[in-house]
Amino acid sequence: MQRRAITAAQAAARIPDGASVMFGGFMAVGSPERIIDALVARGARGLTIIGNDTARPGLGVGKLIDAGCVAKAMVSHIGTNPVTQRKMMAGELEVELVPQGTLAERIRAGGAGLGGVLTPTGLGTVVQDGKRVIEVQGRPFLLEEPITADVAIIHAHEADYNGNLTYRLTAMNFNPVIALAARCVIAEANEIVPVGVIPPDHVRTPGILVHHLVERPR
Amino acid sequence: MDAKELIARRVALELRDNTLVNLGIGLPTLVARYVPAGLTVAFQSENGIIGFGAPPPEGMEDPNLTDAGGGFISALPGAVSFDSAFSFMLIRGGHLDMTVLGGLQVDAQGRLANWMVPGKLVPGMGGAMDLVAGARRVIVAMQHLARGESKIVQELTLPATAARPVTLVVTDLAVLEPTPGGLLLRERAPGVTVAAVIAATAAELIVPNAVPEMSLAA
Repeated sequence: MQRRAITAAQAAARIPDGASVMFGGFMAVGSPERIIDALVARGARGLTIIGNDTARPGLGVGKLIDAGCVAKAMVSHIGTNPVTQRKMMAGELEVELVPQGTLAERIRAGGAGLGGVLTPTGLGTVVQDGKRVIEVQGRPFLLEEPITADVAIIHAHEADYNGNLTYRLTAMNFNPVIALAARCVIAEANEIVPVGVIPPDHVRTPGILVHHLVERPR
Repeated sequence: MDAKELIARRVALELRDNTLVNLGIGLPTLVARYVPAGLTVAFQSENGIIGFGAPPPEGMEDPNLTDAGGGFISALPGAVSFDSAFSFMLIRGGHLDMTVLGGLQVDAQGRLANWMVPGKLVPGMGGAMDLVAGARRVIVAMQHLARGESKIVQELTLPATAARPVTLVVTDLAVLEPTPGGLLLRERAPGVTVAAVIAATAAELIVPNAVPEMSLAA
């Protein structure tokens, strides 16, 4: 199904205050910077952001932290963003730290219709607190529950007007997995090409999962 | 030779031919400089690549090709990229031969703490909990002392990264191996006496009659 691309501002308008937002990006590599800029510009508030890390101030979702758009961050790492650390210590921002592989699997479970995952990661640590330990084939595992979100914001390399997406190198990271786990999926790409240009084998995220495509930069 | 180079050159001797290895950010990254001649080692970066190489010359960086610290890298011929869920399937699924991680503390049981200092520093665990839970061999590369205090302690006072003991601890003073009976002093650094290692260690050590000097990769 072909669809017209929307502006980044129109995309940001579809992300209401208080929404839970999964984002692609690892140290902001593979983060949808234009959608993030538009969220800052519209003065979004109370967002719960879910993704790998909070990058650096002024970079990727670090811009959402700087601008006070975020109420809660569910991430694996905040060590490179002193603003996140300061706001967390001051009680202005809630941070839930999740081991990186567990975060990816919980999102995958959310998007795959699974009731959770059993992982050895976090056994015997504070990550285990309040969680069930289940023994399978004689080995203990932590039960980690699925995560879904209101919106996923994705950065792709190429898109076509069906919404089919490709990714480049380490800019892929969390983008493919979050495309399955949110009720509304918005993608921005470096290039939008005519339908048929992307070979089927190169598509990593089928367009059927993508609700909105953001115009390419002019 | 400074302490970090010494540690990296000793850790490099743990590399095996035709294996997949993940190096943590910081000191562990240095190990890649000392791969013994004749060995083929594939390095994984958990943000989604196997087969990366040294940073490219200035001006030839690719914004979509970075390591887990966000620094620019190159891709060697035969490199492959993948998403975060797959990256941690490699890590947790027993496909990673070895990981080298930095440490804040290791205790007499061989448990590692390396992701937070409560109330002071909360970087988050990133991929460390998955790496310790899943890699076949876990090597800790760290300085023996921090501000005069031993980082080898009888019982962790910082939050653990995993309950599972690590495989080997390499410091600027010694090589220690966690065993069911306790921490075994395997090797001492060039010019360092057994007495000096014991004096710099806040955990009980098992000390064999002969403790050889450590070899170093060229």
